[in-house]
Amino acid sequence: MQITLNGEKREFGETQTVSELVQTLHLSGQRIAVELNKEIVRKKDWESTVLSEADKIEIVHFVGGG
Amino acid sequence: MDDRYSRQILFKQIGKEGQKKLADARVLLVGCGALGAAHAETLARAGVGFLRVVDRDFVEFTNLQRQTLYSEADAKERLPKAIAAKNRIREINSEIAVEAVVTDVNHSNIEGFVTDVDLILDGTDNFQIRYLINDACVKLKKTWIYGAAVSSFGTTMTIFPFETPCLRCIFEEMPDAGSAPTCDTAGVIQPIISSISAIQTTEALKILTGNIDKLHRSLIQADVWNNDWRKIKLGRMNADCECCGKRNFEFLDAEAGEFSAVLCGRNAVQIAPPKRSQIDLKNLAEKLDAHGEIKLNEYLLRLSVENYELTVFADARAIVRGTDDVSTARSIYAKYVGI
Repeated sequence: MQITLNGEKREFGETQTVSELVQTLHLSGQRIAVELNKEIVRKKDWESTVLSEADKIEIVHFVGGG
Repeated sequence: MDDRYSRQILFKQIGKEGQKKLADARVLLVGCGALGAAHAETLARAGVGFLRVVDRDFVEFTNLQRQTLYSEADAKERLPKAIAAKNRIREINSEIAVEAVVTDVNHSNIEGFVTDVDLILDGTDNFQIRYLINDACVKLKKTWIYGAAVSSFGTTMTIFPFETPCLRCIFEEMPDAGSAPTCDTAGVIQPIISSISAIQTTEALKILTGNIDKLHRSLIQADVWNNDWRKIKLGRMNADCECCGKRNFEFLDAEAGEFSAVLCGRNAVQIAPPKRSQIDLKNLAEKLDAHGEIKLNEYLLRLSVENYELTVFADARAIVRGTDDVSTARSIYAKYVGI
């Protein structure tokens, strides 16, 4: 399945849900927010949100310094 | 005045009318470290009529690489950042008013700082204070501009309560302590500070001059070292958001507030007594004279003792340097200042 991740087209074979995508990217437990096709996906919905071909995902990090 | 601002007035989106609006504007800068110092300089030069600068910390040599308002003399003197910032802003632009407040912004005082300003800029260095700013600004319906930077990357978004997603719509939960890099663990380079501050202060100029249609309306993430610039459109507010959806102001309604906090990457802990009080620093200096080397100025007292450096402010807060262990810091405070 091809999805656009942070503006780049990427192939994710087995990845089905937002939760699995976050795991595949080794981002579990990190301070991130996930946007799917311009909508923020709430963390509690990561497991039940199924990805589809050509979805556009943006993953943003919560930065704390300054 | 026309001479000073002539190039900005020539920029027709600001013009004479915009310049006048800037002169009438009141802005709160929460935190005056790297980002806050950059915001302060830009807004002071631009002629924002009133700046309130609130910061709890003092200038150190490790700040000078990126905190562009401060000098070696400030670090030698260990001036509180709010005071050093005010002194420098006066040199830059004596026509504007600056209010310097040396204190820890927390749930008990933030509403007072926010309520009489037009706009709030984030120049802080940790997650908790940003949720607190978000709570206060949503509650009082004030626009604020989140900005943060560490290493070579940073992020910013502008929040109009009840019109755009708030910080908690996007980042629902506060990250666990120690789970994210800080300037003390990952370092930071100055250009990411300039970059994020440039976006935040440009947003501020647009808002204050009424150019609302030009706002970027997104979450911007940048990495100046890895050449990654992203602009993520934010979509709708989260109806279930604890803050702007349910109006549950968890951070503002905190019971007693934090008594102590580990300072971002500094090997230091701040101790803040739960009740606000004033300490007679001269008197304390006399009491502590026998214990170690003391440095005293109008705003703070520094004692080098054991392997620690204890800095006590007039509002009874202290920063204990030489440990990141809260209980060690508390015991040092209890021993030399008393709780």
